[in-house]
Order: sequence, then structure tokens, then C-alpha cells
Amino acid sequence: MQEFFMILLGTALVNNVVLVKFLGLCPFMGVSRRVDAAIGMGLATTFVLTLASMASWVVETAILVPLGLGFLRILSFILVIAAIVQFTETVMRKLAPGLYRALGIYLPLITTNCAVLGVALLNIQEAHDFAQSLLYGFGSALGFTTVLVLFAGMRERLAQLSVPAPFSGPPIAFISAGLLSMAFMGFAGLTPN
Amino acid sequence: MITAAASMSALGLGLGLLLGAAARKFHVKTPPVVDEMERILPGTNCGQCGYPGCRGAAEAIAEGGAPVTLCPPGGRDVALKLAEIVGVDCSGGPEISGMTDIEPQVAFIFEDHCTGCTKCFKRCPTDAIVGAAKQIHTVIWDACTGCDACVQVCPTEAIVLRSKPRTLQSWYWDKPDQPLAALRTGAA
Repeated sequence: MQEFFMILLGTALVNNVVLVKFLGLCPFMGVSRRVDAAIGMGLATTFVLTLASMASWVVETAILVPLGLGFLRILSFILVIAAIVQFTETVMRKLAPGLYRALGIYLPLITTNCAVLGVALLNIQEAHDFAQSLLYGFGSALGFTTVLVLFAGMRERLAQLSVPAPFSGPPIAFISAGLLSMAFMGFAGLTPN
Repeated sequence: MITAAASMSALGLGLGLLLGAAARKFHVKTPPVVDEMERILPGTNCGQCGYPGCRGAAEAIAEGGAPVTLCPPGGRDVALKLAEIVGVDCSGGPEISGMTDIEPQVAFIFEDHCTGCTKCFKRCPTDAIVGAAKQIHTVIWDACTGCDACVQVCPTEAIVLRSKPRTLQSWYWDKPDQPLAALRTGAA
């Protein structure tokens, strides 16, 4: 139990997927203008990332390892992730049309979110079992959502301030992202590893 | 090598079948009238109606929130066809005759102003502009929907929208330029 808690805490805060591992930076900069869009993107990513972590673990242990096809890992994971995103979209459209309309354009964007592939590959690299992979994926997604929403809140406030002209727009966003990343370094003292 | 190819093919096939089955099982029935209207609309998703794409416009009409005359590139012709499907009677109604002023338009390129920069060519949603870099471009009128996108990107302002040449499909009676009463007294 404690081990699972440590994985969740470690992936969500200490080794945050965006601010410490620098994965999934393009939705981080791209979909952080408004808080509600950030929440939508975060929810969709959480769903896909958790599913993709499980599915890629299954593909790795059931197909790639027994056949000795480790060199096809990236290719097959991308295939699995793309299929999961498409599947999620189809099912969600039928079962939760409201959510489908809210997430709309963000769902297909997740296929190219490198955090999804990155977490799937890290799971293999760190030799996680199925439950650990699931938690690792879910924790990373929680961290992604937290940071995305936090950053969107910061950017909403920044938009109202009088930023010096050379810094307005993307430059100040990059600077705040750097400061946020430094703030997250403080969590490094939370766990021994 | 063979195992690699075979396992990837099997994986792809499996996922493909899964997606196909899901698409069939979780098929969302859209009202057929929306599909039909989407086919009539130009399909370039130019956004001049204010809805997200032609699909969005078709849904809005089906829900009754939008008039059939919402599509500027489609013009009178599309409006009449849409009215027929939705069952709105607007033969000669005020909203259709308002559209007679805006005839279906097509782009026209003044070839002596064209520098062959290919900007319009890349922007065109229907591939109606033919040409290549440093070559003078021209427009295929049958494919052009008059969506105005190329006019905005042309750096030399060599593109204008002109009325489409009249054909049997797009011809209509002009509005009488004198009031009806005056015509009657003139005849009598």
C-alpha cells in the first residue's frame, strides 16, 4: 500500500512529468490559456495515459519480450496509443456525448502528446509490473493535469497584468514556466530517491 | 525479420478490427437530414456562416437555430436546396430574395499581377487553383466555392471575386425593377 502511495506521489509531484522530466511540453504551452480548456485537456490525457500505460505493458510482456522484438517497441507503442485514442473517442461519443463535446478537439491531440509515449517507455525501462505501470501512468497524468491547471491559472492572471512589451505573450509564459519548474524542484526533498 | 513483420501486422490487424467493431457497436446515429444537408453545403469549412465547419452549420439548421440562407459561398442555389429538405417554404420569401444581390461568386486572378508565389494555391480548400512556383496561377471555376480565402492571402491583390457565369442551375428571374402596379398600368 505504502509503495503504491509512493509511486503516485513520486510521479505526480516529485518527478513531475512536465516540469521535471520535460515531457508533454507542447500541450503545456499550447492549451494553458484558459483554465476550463486546461481541465478538459487534463481529464482527457488522464484517461488516455492510464489506459495506454496498461496496454503498452501488455503489448511489451505478451508480444515484444517473448518474440525478442524490443527494437519495435516505439513503433508498436505508437500504434497502441493511436488506437486507444481513437477507441476512446468512439466510445465517448456514444456513451458520454456531453464530455465528448467538451473535450472535442483535445482528444485527437493526445496521440501526439509525447508524455504518453514517454511514460509507456519509462514503465518498461524501470521494469514495472502491471499494477505499478497503471499507477505510474495515472500518477503522471495527475501531475500533468495539476501542472497544466496551475499554469493556466497563472497565465490567466498574467494576461491581465501590464507586462513590459518585449516580454508580453509567449516570453513571459516561458519565464513563468521556468519559475514553476523551479518551485517543483522543492518536492525533490520529499522522498529519499 | 518475418516474426517482426508478422507480429506487427497481427497487432495492426487486431487493433484495426477492434476499432472497426467499436465504430459499429458504438455507432452514433446522426439524423439523416444532417448528413444530407452536409452533402449539399460546399464542404470547405470556410466558417463564413459562423459555425465550426459545414457539419456544424448543418446541425444548426437541423435544430432550427439557423436560417437556410446562412451559406454565403453556396448562395441562392444551396439555400433553395436546403429549404427543400428542411421543409421551409421560402420561394420568393424575403430571405431568399435578399440573396439575389449576393450571387454565387468565384475567384478570378488577374494574370498580369500574379507573381506565382503559390500562397493562394496552398490556402485553397478545394484545390481549385492550378499553378506552380513562379508560374501564373489560374482558377478552375467549377471547383471554386468563392470562400474568399485566397483573396486575403494574395500579396499583390491579384485575386478578386466575380459573379459566377450563369448556367441553367444558377439562372433565376431578375427582380422586376419597377413596382408591379406601374407595370400593370403600363400594360393597360
